[in-house]
Amino acid sequence: MALAGLGLLFFLLPLAGLIVRAPWDQAVSSIGSTETVTALELSLFCSVTATAVALVLGIPLALVLSRTTGTLRGVLRALTTLPMVLPPVVGGVALFLAFGRTGLVGSPLRQAFGIQIPFTTAAAVMAETFVAMPFLVIAVEAGLRSLDPRYEEAARALGARGWMVFARVTLPLIRPAIFSGAVLCWARALGEFGATITFAGNFPGRTQTVPIAVYVALETHPDSAILLSLVLLGVSVAILVGMRDRWLGAL
Amino acid sequence: MRNRLLFLLVVGLVAACGGSPSGAGSTPQTALTVFAAASLQPPFDKIGDRLLATKNVKTTFSYAGTQTLTSQLLNGAQADVFASADKDHMFTVLNAGLVTAPLKGFATNFLEIAVAKGNPKGVHSLTDLARPGLVVVLADPSVPAGKYADQALRNARVTVKPASLELQVTGVLSKVALGEADAGIVYVSDIVTSGKVDGVPIPAEQNVTAVYPIAILKSATNKAGAQVFVDLVFSPEGQDILKAAGFQGA
Repeated sequence: MALAGLGLLFFLLPLAGLIVRAPWDQAVSSIGSTETVTALELSLFCSVTATAVALVLGIPLALVLSRTTGTLRGVLRALTTLPMVLPPVVGGVALFLAFGRTGLVGSPLRQAFGIQIPFTTAAAVMAETFVAMPFLVIAVEAGLRSLDPRYEEAARALGARGWMVFARVTLPLIRPAIFSGAVLCWARALGEFGATITFAGNFPGRTQTVPIAVYVALETHPDSAILLSLVLLGVSVAILVGMRDRWLGAL
Repeated sequence: MRNRLLFLLVVGLVAACGGSPSGAGSTPQTALTVFAAASLQPPFDKIGDRLLATKNVKTTFSYAGTQTLTSQLLNGAQADVFASADKDHMFTVLNAGLVTAPLKGFATNFLEIAVAKGNPKGVHSLTDLARPGLVVVLADPSVPAGKYADQALRNARVTVKPASLELQVTGVLSKVALGEADAGIVYVSDIVTSGKVDGVPIPAEQNVTAVYPIAILKSATNKAGAQVFVDLVFSPEGQDILKAAGFQGA
C-alpha cells in the first residue's frame, strides 16, 4: 500500500507543482494571446491528422500483424514497435535521412516534383505519426488477437467476401481497441517534441507545436510556459476522463 | 581465497596508478564543471585538454544555447564557470546574485552567413536571404546568435522568413551542413571549425560584435580550478586557441 501511495505521489506532485505555481492572475491574457492560441491550434491539427493517418495505415498493418506467424511476425512487430523505443530525436534524424532534401525518398521527390518536406506542417504531422502510430498498431493488434475467429468464419461460411467480413464483422468487434489505440496515439502525438523539432523545426504557426512553444518560453517567459503546460494538461485530462473505463480496459 | 584477495589488491593498485595522465606529476586530480555557449565547444574542448595535461584538472563541459544554461543556473544547476555568448545573459545571472562582478569578455565573434560548400544558391549578402524559395534557418531570438542575427538583418534592412528557429546556433549550422537549409546566420567561428560549409562574410556596417563574458560562479565547488580555467582562457595560449577557432581575442 505504501509503495502504491508513493507511486501515486510521484505522479501527483509534479501536476500539483504546475497548478500551485501557475501565475493565475496572468492566466486569461496569457492563454488568449496569439502565440498560445496559434500553438494550440497547430498542435490539435497536427495530432488529429497524425491520428487519422495512423488509423488509415495502422489498422491494416495490425490486421497483417495479427495474421502472420513465425519469424516474419517477429520482424514486422519489431519494425512497427521500433519508434516506441527509439529516442524521439533519433527518430527525427532518421526522418531527415529518409525524407529530407538529400534523403532517400526526399531527394528524388525534390528533383521530380520540387517537393521539400522538412520545416513544413506536413513534416510535423509525419514526425508525430512516426512516434505515435505504434501505439495504435499494438492496441488494435491485441484486440484482433483476442477476437473469437468463429464470427468471421461464420460470416465467410454464409458467403460474405473479405472486405465485407472486415467491415461488417471484424471492425465493429474491435471498436473498443481501435478507440483506445486512437486515443493513446493522439495523446502521444500531442506531446511529441524531439522528432518534431528535429525534423520539422520550430516556427510559430507552421511547426511550433505546444510542447516546443513551452520549451522556448521556458527560458524567456517561464510564466507563459507554465500556463501553456497547464492548458495542454487540461485538454489531455478532459479527453482521458471523457474516455470511459471499459474502453480504457481494452488497452 | 587468498589468491583472489591478492588478485583484487593488484588490480586495485594498477587501477589507482593508471589514474593520472603524464605531465601532471603528483597533484591530485580535481574536477571542474563549465557551462559554456554552444559556439564555444571547439576551442573550449581544446582548452579543457590543455588544463588536464598541465594542471590535472578534469573539466566537464555542458554546451547549450546560452539561454538554456542561464535558465538552468537560475534554477539551481551546479557549475563552477559560466561562459556566455552575450552580456545580457551574464547580467541576468549577475542580477540573480550567482556571480560577482567584474565580468570579463574573453573573446568576440562576428556573424557570417553559412551556405553549402561551393555556394550553389549564389548567396552573396544578407539581402539575398530574402530571396523567395531560399530555405533559410536562423537561431531563435531567445538565443544570443538569433538575437544578433535579427540585429544584423535590421541593420541591412532585410526581412527574412526563416524555415525554422533553432534553439542553439549549432542547430543552424547542422541544418546547412546536412543540406536541408540553403543558408543560415551563424558565427564566424562556427564556419571556421565546421569545415562542412562555406561562409559568406557580412560587411562590418551590418555585422554585430558578439562579446563573450566569462565568470566564476559563487556556488563553485572548485574555485581554485575555476580560477585556473579562467586564467588559461585569458592567457596567450588560450587566446591562440580561440583565434584558431575563428574567434577574435579579448
